[in-house]
Amino acid sequence: MAYDKFNILTSTAVPLPIENVDTDQIIPARFLKATERKGFGDNLFRDWRYNSDGTPKEQFVLNNPIYSGKILVGGKNFGSGSSREHAAWAVYDYGFRCVVSSFFADIFRGNCLNIGVLPVQVSPEFLDKIFKAIEADPKTELEINLPEQKITILATGEHESFDINDYKKGNMLNGFDDIDYLLNIQKDIEKYAESTPL
Amino acid sequence: MSKTLFDKVWDSHVVKHIENGPDVLFIDRHLVHEVTSPVAFLGLKNRGIKVLYPERTFATADHNTPTRNQHLPVKDPLSANQLKALEENANAHNIPYWGLGHKKNGIVHVIGPENGITLPGATIVCGDSHTSTHGAFGAIAFGIGTSEVEMVLSTQCIMQPKPKSLRINVNGELSEAVTPKDVALFIISKLSTSGATGYFAEYAGDVFKNMSMEGRMTVCNLSIEMGARGGMIAPDETTFEYIKGREYTPKGKDWDAAMEYWSTLYSDDDAEFDKEVTFDASEIEPMITFGTNPGMGIGISKDIPMAESIDGSPATYKKSLEYMNYNEGEAMVGKPIDFVFLGSCTNGRIEDFRAFASIIKGKKKADNVTAWLVPGSHKVEEAIKEEGILDILTEAGFELREPGCSACLAMNDDKIPAGKYAVSTSNRNFEGRQGPGARTLLASPLVAAAAAVTGKVTDPRELMREEVLA
Repeated sequence: MAYDKFNILTSTAVPLPIENVDTDQIIPARFLKATERKGFGDNLFRDWRYNSDGTPKEQFVLNNPIYSGKILVGGKNFGSGSSREHAAWAVYDYGFRCVVSSFFADIFRGNCLNIGVLPVQVSPEFLDKIFKAIEADPKTELEINLPEQKITILATGEHESFDINDYKKGNMLNGFDDIDYLLNIQKDIEKYAESTPL
Repeated sequence: MSKTLFDKVWDSHVVKHIENGPDVLFIDRHLVHEVTSPVAFLGLKNRGIKVLYPERTFATADHNTPTRNQHLPVKDPLSANQLKALEENANAHNIPYWGLGHKKNGIVHVIGPENGITLPGATIVCGDSHTSTHGAFGAIAFGIGTSEVEMVLSTQCIMQPKPKSLRINVNGELSEAVTPKDVALFIISKLSTSGATGYFAEYAGDVFKNMSMEGRMTVCNLSIEMGARGGMIAPDETTFEYIKGREYTPKGKDWDAAMEYWSTLYSDDDAEFDKEVTFDASEIEPMITFGTNPGMGIGISKDIPMAESIDGSPATYKKSLEYMNYNEGEAMVGKPIDFVFLGSCTNGRIEDFRAFASIIKGKKKADNVTAWLVPGSHKVEEAIKEEGILDILTEAGFELREPGCSACLAMNDDKIPAGKYAVSTSNRNFEGRQGPGARTLLASPLVAAAAAVTGKVTDPRELMREEVLA
């Protein structure tokens, strides 16, 4: 599915300094019953965000009006567990375009890249700096520069570079998805398939 | 050049390599279920394309299905709608579909091997992270997201950078009551839930050589819980014996040709791995988890570790114990429990029911325990009946449900209530995984059985010794 192009994103960020945030927290299984990609943002972090009667849990960061923005900053090993792309959809649908962490689970990272959410992996030290900067001033802005592969804490100018492979970077910059690419090489695929008996 | 088992299978499936980018990897078998596929089929519809190779695609309903009264219409309208969507999509694209009530229906990772869909040397994907299960056969098998499901439906390929290689050796002999589940939970407790992220694992050594296919599936199933995309075991006589004669397994000349290829599937002696770890089987005892990720496991006789002794953030650790309402330094043995869940793609196979029955035979289910025993498939259910296991279960006060993922992810009505403790043979103890507020203790079928008859966390070796004395 095509998505908006990603170039340079400047935004405040929402801090979630918890490690091993798994996709069951990002979106619990009972909200995976849809047959269309709609409305997942409402249930992002459902059980951390709402009580069982549907009232908001005031202490949870998404319910704290001080914090807002298009960037979610999470602790180490963000997105572990289930392969549900619904987790990445929920992040996107809620309004985030970028997730920053010191480590991402594999499938979640891939799902994000496939739907237009940029996963930015930084060093544990830089992650700590971001958390501290936001703690000191919730209006702290981060700049995510995809062409230069650079993340900057604007107030202090502190920055770090991040990795992304050239192919995926091109896709994000242009809003392309893998299927466009694969459909273009279908002849090669069919040729390969003929040679494999399974 | 010498190659690992993983290299051999991966490299032979690369249709195209993109410089500083992913490989285009051909997928031999694509397993589809109701939860992660509807948006992918919608994508095909929007592009106006059909499934490229329906004969390489198999669909079943398992995640969002009831485990009682499957012959009746599904009550929850959202679930019913999702199941209907799968059936319609499968029919529209000529994909074999084994829906509710079909004799081949069951959990996708149980029915793949049962029907011979899972074969050595194959690439297998499914929109489910526990697809790693199929690695037990020497296949490269891993979970994918819905965008990738759409890719495979439309082009039979996905685009993935080649992961790094990791070999996990466990040598020696396993002790009494130590099952494949314990081996896996032990490894995860040592490596942590992110210790193998970016890697594809190969399991090697005496313990896996001597393990049954069911056991190997349990181990490979849990590869994702240490962050690895998948894990695999070189195929051997045990593997060939298991797959021979199954419905989709090659026959006659095709079998001979396949055997020739399969016999080349092992890591060369001097193959290099990016990372290698080795454990001694005698170190492993029956395991149980005490926290909210599968890496938070200990030997059942041990105490809950102190925050300062663990790697990672103490705040996250304490949040986890708070959720479980446990304290550092407490013993796990003797902790009261409320529910027992036997089932899932991790431990829902016939061997798991045999193990469970071996402990509860001649005993009674504890009054304070609600037990949900859910076979992984109708074939497993049949075997439970044929082998007389159902009689043992019934005599002990247990009942058997119908196949499905059930309380492993609690999408259906099988939800553990808030605050209750469940000893579960499934794969994830995340907060709310088995129902909002539910508390999960992951363990083997033996530990689950011991809990089911005593009503608390119990070392199964104690019951086994009583048995011998009696």
